[in-house]
Amino acid sequence: MPHSRIPTQPPDSRPPGVSGAAPLPVPAARKMTFAPAASPDPAEADALARAQAGDHHAFAQLYSLHKRRIYSLCLRMVGNIAEAEDLTQEAFLQLHRKISTFRGDSAFSTWLHRLAINVVLMQLRKKSLSLISLDEAMEPVPEEGPGRSFGAPDLALSGTIDRLALERAVADLPAGYRLIFILHDVEGYEHNEIASMLECSIGNSKSQLHKARLRLRDALRANSQKEAQP
Amino acid sequence: MTEDQGKMSCAEFQAQLPELIGSGANAANHPHIQSCELCRALLADLETIAEAARQLFPVVEPPDELWAHIESAIKSEDDHVNAGSRNPGTPTRN
Repeated sequence: MPHSRIPTQPPDSRPPGVSGAAPLPVPAARKMTFAPAASPDPAEADALARAQAGDHHAFAQLYSLHKRRIYSLCLRMVGNIAEAEDLTQEAFLQLHRKISTFRGDSAFSTWLHRLAINVVLMQLRKKSLSLISLDEAMEPVPEEGPGRSFGAPDLALSGTIDRLALERAVADLPAGYRLIFILHDVEGYEHNEIASMLECSIGNSKSQLHKARLRLRDALRANSQKEAQP
Repeated sequence: MTEDQGKMSCAEFQAQLPELIGSGANAANHPHIQSCELCRALLADLETIAEAARQLFPVVEPPDELWAHIESAIKSEDDHVNAGSRNPGTPTRN
């Protein structure tokens, strides 16, 4: 999904939504599973209505309003700046294609957020990253079994966590674990929503999240021990 | 919470932990937690991690040139569709 590194052209005001794209399993089908529609920001509502009518400048305004959140979402999900830029671009291209289908059943920001997540998921699936490990999550893994913490000294993380250390640890997680951890603990999605997005069972989502947190705990403890060494 | 739950082993408790935490129940009230320091510490660590996650990854600004790329890609797509509509015989995407 490379950037389209072609010269910038003047804005085009042709109505959006006419160019075709591979259908994504996104918001329209799941519009009732996430947050209810919030009171829209009047500026956003105005820009949205105009963008749906084909106003290119209004679409640019929507980009300005949402670019940080979408880019940040992509960045934390893939942990790579160049890839996050590509995914942000793809998300807004998808938005341009689909914006006329937004009916306001959820908040626009929620709809766009979900659309962006699906763009990221499609990319991860293309790369065959370990979403497939979701299928393995319910299988016992020896080094991650329930008893792995037995006898370990100094269990408590003393209630405080080095944010940078945790971010590094999250970045080092296998993609499947990272995805669920980001979706649940960072983005705030519920297990039933994650299960729907990732097409796995709710139990699988819970199990995968638990394993992700266990891995993070181990990483943080290892980091603490390393720092404690003279 | 039953007496049996209090007597369960750490392995049994930790096997239930994903579901217990994921269901939104207060795992700290589980009888096993009341009597097991190891599992209490484990639960505290996991809760600390989950809490810290909400503070992770501050919102960041994408590079300024990204919009130019998006704009160009939109223009390119629109040109492609327009070219298709001018030539009815040319297949277009829907």
